[in-house]
Parts: sequence; C-alpha cells; structure tokens
Amino acid sequence: MPTSSKKEKLIEGVLPESKAHELLYKMVLTRAFEENAEEMYGLGKVHGTMHLSIGEEGVAAGAGPALRPSDYLLNTHRGHGHFLMWGGDLNRMMAEFMGKEAGYCRGRGGSMHIADVESNNLGAQGIVAGNLPISVGVGLSIQMRKTDQVVLTLFGDGAANEGAFHESLNMASIWNLPVIYLCENNQYAMSMAFERAFRVEQVSERAAAYGMKGLTVDGNDVIAVYKAVSEAAEQARKGAGPTLIEAITYRWKGHSKSDRQLYRTREEVKKWMEKDPIKRFAAKLDVDEAGLKEIEKKAKEEIRKAVEFADNSPEPDVNTILEGIYA
Amino acid sequence: MRELSYMEALREAMRQAMQKDDRVFLIGEDIGIYGGAFGVSAGLLDEFGPKRIIDTPISEAGIAGACIGAAVTGMRPIGEMQFSDFVVIAMEQLVMQGAKMRFMFGGKAEVPFVMRLAGGSGTGAAAQHSESLENWFVHVPGLKVVMPSSPYDAKGLLLAAIEDNNPIMFFEHKVLYKTKGPVPEEMYTIPLGQSHVVREGKDLTVVATSIMVSRALEAAEQLSKEGIELEIIDPRTLKPLDEKPIIESVIKTGKALIVHEAVKTGGFGGELTAVIMESEAFGYLDAPVKRLAGLDTPIPYNRNLEYHAVPQVENIVEEARKLVKGQY
Repeated sequence: MPTSSKKEKLIEGVLPESKAHELLYKMVLTRAFEENAEEMYGLGKVHGTMHLSIGEEGVAAGAGPALRPSDYLLNTHRGHGHFLMWGGDLNRMMAEFMGKEAGYCRGRGGSMHIADVESNNLGAQGIVAGNLPISVGVGLSIQMRKTDQVVLTLFGDGAANEGAFHESLNMASIWNLPVIYLCENNQYAMSMAFERAFRVEQVSERAAAYGMKGLTVDGNDVIAVYKAVSEAAEQARKGAGPTLIEAITYRWKGHSKSDRQLYRTREEVKKWMEKDPIKRFAAKLDVDEAGLKEIEKKAKEEIRKAVEFADNSPEPDVNTILEGIYA
Repeated sequence: MRELSYMEALREAMRQAMQKDDRVFLIGEDIGIYGGAFGVSAGLLDEFGPKRIIDTPISEAGIAGACIGAAVTGMRPIGEMQFSDFVVIAMEQLVMQGAKMRFMFGGKAEVPFVMRLAGGSGTGAAAQHSESLENWFVHVPGLKVVMPSSPYDAKGLLLAAIEDNNPIMFFEHKVLYKTKGPVPEEMYTIPLGQSHVVREGKDLTVVATSIMVSRALEAAEQLSKEGIELEIIDPRTLKPLDEKPIIESVIKTGKALIVHEAVKTGGFGGELTAVIMESEAFGYLDAPVKRLAGLDTPIPYNRNLEYHAVPQVENIVEEARKLVKGQY
C-alpha cells in the first residue's frame, strides 16, 4: 500500500484522501471516455465494436492503485477503465480507439487489444479466458527472476467456465505463483445470466478446488476492492501464492454494439444503476452533486481534447501494413 | 424467385431441418434469446424451445465435444462457433476426436454434426475476431470443409451438411450475412463436393471462395468492358474438392488465378495450385498459376489497413488483367 504523509486523512483507514479524489476523477473520466466512444460509434467515426464498462468502474478504481507500477496487468476486452487506472495516457488511448498511428498499438489493436508493454500492461484480450494461462507464465517469470512483482489478471464471470480457467488456477496454486485473479462478475456472459451458467453461488467458491484463497467483494465499492487486491498483493509478494477475488458488479450497457439486451429487464438495469459506483464513491468522499458535476465537466473537456488529438493524428501508412510481423 | 439474405437462408435451412428431423438441434453461445451474435438463429428459440436451441456457457471445447458425443449416439447436432477464431479453443475435440472417431473405430461410428463458424474480416473486429482458418481443417483427414458464397448455396449446402453422416466444418462469412439473393422456399440440397461454374469466360480461370466469389464477379464485370472474360469457379466445398470443373476450365483458358481471403502462406490456394499443376491442365498452361490472397498478417483494427490486408475487387481486376496480358 502507498505510504502517505502523517497529516493526510485515510479513507476507511486505508486510502489517502488525495489519491481517492484522483480515483474518483478517473472513474468519471472512464465513463466519459466510454460515453464518447458510444457516441462516436453512432456517428460512424469508429468501426468494429467495443465493450463498455459503464457501471463497473469501481473494480478498476479499486484494483489499479492497490498495485505498484512495476507489477503486471493482464486486461480484458472490457478494459478501458483498467487501462486508465494503470496510468494510461488518454490521448494515446483515444488515438488507438480511433485506429490512429499515435495510438498505443499504432492503430493495429483497437479498443479490444490495447496494450502498453512499456508499463507492464500486457494488453486487453479478445479471447475470453485467453489471458488466464498467460498469467501463469508471468507469475513463473517473476518467481524465476526473484523479483517482488505480482500480476493482476482480469476476467469476467464467463471466463470462469472456459477450460483455461481450471488449468491456470491450478498451476498458479501448485507453484505458489504471485498471481491475483480478479473476476469481474457483471452477472452476464454476453446474454448468459450467471444463474444459468453456474451451479455454485459465487465464482470465488471455486478457489477451494485449487487450494487457494477465494473471496467475494462488492465490486461497486472502490474501497472493498482496494482492500481485497492490496491484501492479495501482499500475500503474493510474501510468497503465499495466488488469490481468487470475485468483484460483484453490473454492466449497464449491452455486451457490445450488437446487443439488443433481450435477456434482461429494464427494471433490473435500473435497480443496478441505483448502485452507481461513482455516486457511491463520491458520497464517501463528501463530494456533492455540484462537485460531481464539476468533475464531469473537467473530464468531458479532457475527452474533447483527446478526440482533437486523435483527430489530428495521422492514419497508419498502408505501406507499413507488414511491420510487426517477423514470419 | 423470392430473395433472402445469406443469414435468413441459413436460418431457414436450420428451421426446416429441425422441423423435419427431431434429432437435429442447435448448440452454441448466445444462440437463444440473443439470436446469435450476428442474428443467424433469431426466432428459433421461440419455435423450438431451449431443449433444441441450447445456449451454453462460454466453453468452446465443451460445445465441440457435446456435438461429437451427441452425434455418435444418434443425434444430429449443429454447433456454432460465435466467431470462427474461437474454434482454436475447440481444436482438440474437433481434430483429435471428431475427425478421427470413424476411422479409429474401424468405420463403425458415425459422427454426423455440423460446426458452423462465422469467419472473415471487414467488420473492424481486429486480430482475434477476423481470421479465415478454413485451410487448417482441410489438412485434417476426416473433416469436410464447406464455404458457401451466396444465400442459395448457404441453404442448400447447410441442408446437405446436416444430412451428411460426417463431421463438417461450415465456414460462413460475416460480411455476407446481409447480402441477398434468390432462395427457393422448399428444402433442397447442394451435394458436398460439387464445384460451381459461377460465370463462364474464355480468358482466365478464377477460382474463388466465400466472399471472394462476389468480388471476382464484380471484377469480371469491369474487365468485360475491356474485352477480358473471366471464368469464375467456386469450389463450394474445399474438402471434398471437385477438381474436374477447375481442370477443364484451365485447359480451356490456359491461365488460372486463385483468390481467397485467408493468408497466402499455407492457404488453400497452394493446394489448388498443386491440383492444377498435377493435372492434365499443366500442358495447357501458358502462364504461371497465380494466387491472390490475404497478406501474411493478422487483421489490423484500422479500417484502411484492414481493407488492404485482404483482396478487394480492384486487386482482382489488376491481377487478372496482368495475367491475361502476359505481365507476370
């Protein structure tokens, strides 16, 4: 956990107040990024698809600051928030989203594959559970290099039903690897409701099958996520092995742009919107409605500038299409 | 004849097959109330219920295994890989189990399932959702590989595939889903292993698959104005491959251009080239056999790069013109 000056107030005894305000801003920024993304898609400014994490910002806000810049991140397809919380630069992120050369992946990856290898951010993932086995390798490498790094591996409830989940958690456990498995349980694997896809009540129950610690936290509570990830990181750094954390949250928007959301009711979505992680965190920090409006205004302005930056960035040169391929 | 989209033709084939035969069912991710990621199975849940339109967790190996196990015990499953890219997770079941079962068991087992896969680029879905992997399966004895290029073929080939007693990899193209064409209302089958001469011409044989068939047709219209007449052949099933019409065409035109979206290296074009070179058409060739295929790269996200990563109409026009004019 970060150290703080003696004077600074700690939120719930753990998170320095200034850091907390920074996180609140980044949560608002994430939402503004995604609302803008949706708008640009509607206007035909971007193509393809995108996966919005609106309503789930609390998980990223709690997880990112619990780790150190030297740690590793394995992100998911719904990972804009985690990317920002990991210190991602908004301009380069926007440029990637818009397929521009100035983007993190030179416009080759897009929203679903955005990565920043230089900051140990090993990328978002288009294959459900595709990053889970990789986390075993990253953990093994940390162990072999004898550093005190850890790897944060993100995935959704859907990924927990891929075979790769089983192999990965088991290997990380038997070798005591410094991996934090953070499951963002947003209740739906695309259209598949959690209740239809699992016989267990909680994903975290499965930790027992691998002999590792498992816990479920409120994913819309930033501090709860922060505490859980901090504790898991501390254990991992001590050589106590991996932890499976399940953060319960909810996806307000459809799975992707093709989703008509026939599998759930508006009432259900509304019920969850009342548990807005941004409003909850703002209240915790005594930021009132007017204060939040100010923050939103600032975030929207930053988004506007990022779009301007990306708009003014060049398209990748077609003659460079084979760059990055070595075979 | 009435027109249907490629997607509607596929849906109608599945609906009619399920109405006719209780053993036919559909299994895959988000195929029920969601209607499939691209809407191919929209409405089928209402008509057939959740016991025959089976939504699965995200478990591709499980879907493939479920198809194999049900097929070998008397059912006729249709599996769906939401994006053909995801088939990599199901490879063991398909390649080691489904493809080999009949042979390993002395020809005594029948494994009648169809795996439908949504493939191809052009939707901005980037590197992990845009691949064309059909040729991997051509290389596996025991699997048939089908690639419909039109709504008419989509329905007739899918019905033939469902009737077949062997595992079939049925590659659909995402960009073709909304294209329209004439489709008969009644059930009909197009035999697997029958190439289709889509357009007759005297100057150059173009063998094209999937979406490249319509692009080749467009190229042919342009070149026709220059007095160049392309003969276009769609193999429709890559395996079994009906070689005869291809060989006969090359004997007639003396030149061949193969066009597919999948990357060139290790692609089906190499196989087709060898088929031509090993045949009696060899002596009639007055130009090298040429391949026009996807660049050897994963599909980029950027729209312009994505466009240039695979053959487009103008590339076919240019390559065909060069071949006909002896500029190779």
